[in-house]
Amino acid sequence: MIDKRVASIAQAVADVKDGATILCAGFGAVGMADELLEALLEQGAKDLVAVANNAGSGDRGLAALIANGRVRKVICSYPRTDKPHAFEAAYKAGKLELELVPQGTLSERMRCAAAGLGGFYSPVGVGTRLAEGKEVREIDGRTYVLEKPLKGDIAFCKALKADRWGNLVYRKAARNFNPTMAMAADLTVVQVKEFVELGALDPEMIVTPGIFVDRVVQVASAK
Amino acid sequence: MSQPPTSLSRRQIAWRAAQDIADGSYVNLGIGLPTLVADFIPSDREIVFHSENGILGLGKAPAPGEADPDLINAGKGAASLLPGGSFFHHTDAFLMIRGGHVDLSLMGAFEVSVDGDLANWTTNDPHFAPGVGGAMDLAAGAREVRVLLEHTTKEGEPRLRHRCTYPLTAPRCVKRIYTNLAVIDVTRRGLSVVEMIEGMTIGDLQALTEPELELADECRPMRVPAL
Repeated sequence: MIDKRVASIAQAVADVKDGATILCAGFGAVGMADELLEALLEQGAKDLVAVANNAGSGDRGLAALIANGRVRKVICSYPRTDKPHAFEAAYKAGKLELELVPQGTLSERMRCAAAGLGGFYSPVGVGTRLAEGKEVREIDGRTYVLEKPLKGDIAFCKALKADRWGNLVYRKAARNFNPTMAMAADLTVVQVKEFVELGALDPEMIVTPGIFVDRVVQVASAK
Repeated sequence: MSQPPTSLSRRQIAWRAAQDIADGSYVNLGIGLPTLVADFIPSDREIVFHSENGILGLGKAPAPGEADPDLINAGKGAASLLPGGSFFHHTDAFLMIRGGHVDLSLMGAFEVSVDGDLANWTTNDPHFAPGVGGAMDLAAGAREVRVLLEHTTKEGEPRLRHRCTYPLTAPRCVKRIYTNLAVIDVTRRGLSVVEMIEGMTIGDLQALTEPELELADECRPMRVPAL
């Protein structure tokens, strides 16, 4: 029998190792698995490399991990978003490394890892500082840079509903990076608002099939 | 000399850019000045606004108290969805951009070069960590890129340059430029002025612009309503 549901958020994040690359889904504060990320504070993992669109918003989730010195490096497209004080303090103090990646490239690099591909040639960034040092190739008259796959050790995702197989549906624009990150890590942990019975999700509407998901935990109180 | 010409307000620049958007277009509006364009689409045109965080059919900002915390735009502000709108994930949102499915990207800019190079992501200010967001994806990927910007900096320095002094977002991507003084096309011959505000001469405009300007054959005065 397949049952990916775990009883507590502590259990869901129990085996995160120091130095892990964590994929933190979300855009600004929307669609972020704040409760799972905060459970890492208790769990104790440090020297983390966080992959996220923004480097934390307000005091929750990723921002809390950064404020507590647990994150060594952030790979993101736009670090300073809504209320970026945790990031700014750590960055200005020289305690946080920043790797900037164009937003679509960030997402596609993870999709590439999920798809078992060795990279892709993108027109984005050609002729800019962010393509420095990358292989450049002309294909059918257009210039591209080689972008390599980006894989996570663990992905922390948030969805609206899950069944015990880990099938997921999302809510509105809280979907954002979640489906891609859910596919792109060795271990995918998802917090959901609600568990439903197997078969209750319309198969035509399932966005992330359970094959990509390892653990689901209910956080009914999450906004 | 008679009265100095009155330059356009930000809302008027946005209005002017809105008039050029064809019915049926899929359009991405950048954060800041381009966002205002949505308010001025002529009522007889149906335009689908794309948002990088996975939305097609973005509507107007919701009334106070009606915001949905899970429905935001690229600027992280409250948004709404029109009938026919859809949600999708980030990789598809950028596939639409990079793959040329988005017809038009309207962006802000610090500088544009005579070749249409765009600089709009960092000023190298050491006080702030840089952020690029979706700017490079939009500049390199959208089928057409047009920019909206003030013609000069607050200090009066030209923003239209021989070469951008700030780091590039993408080379040779801008096709049309809307400023508070003029509408300018980037052509193979250089910058071509298609409209100027009333009372402005090509000499006045040239004094505020680094590369040499050419007057388009069909150049006409800009007619923008008071807004």
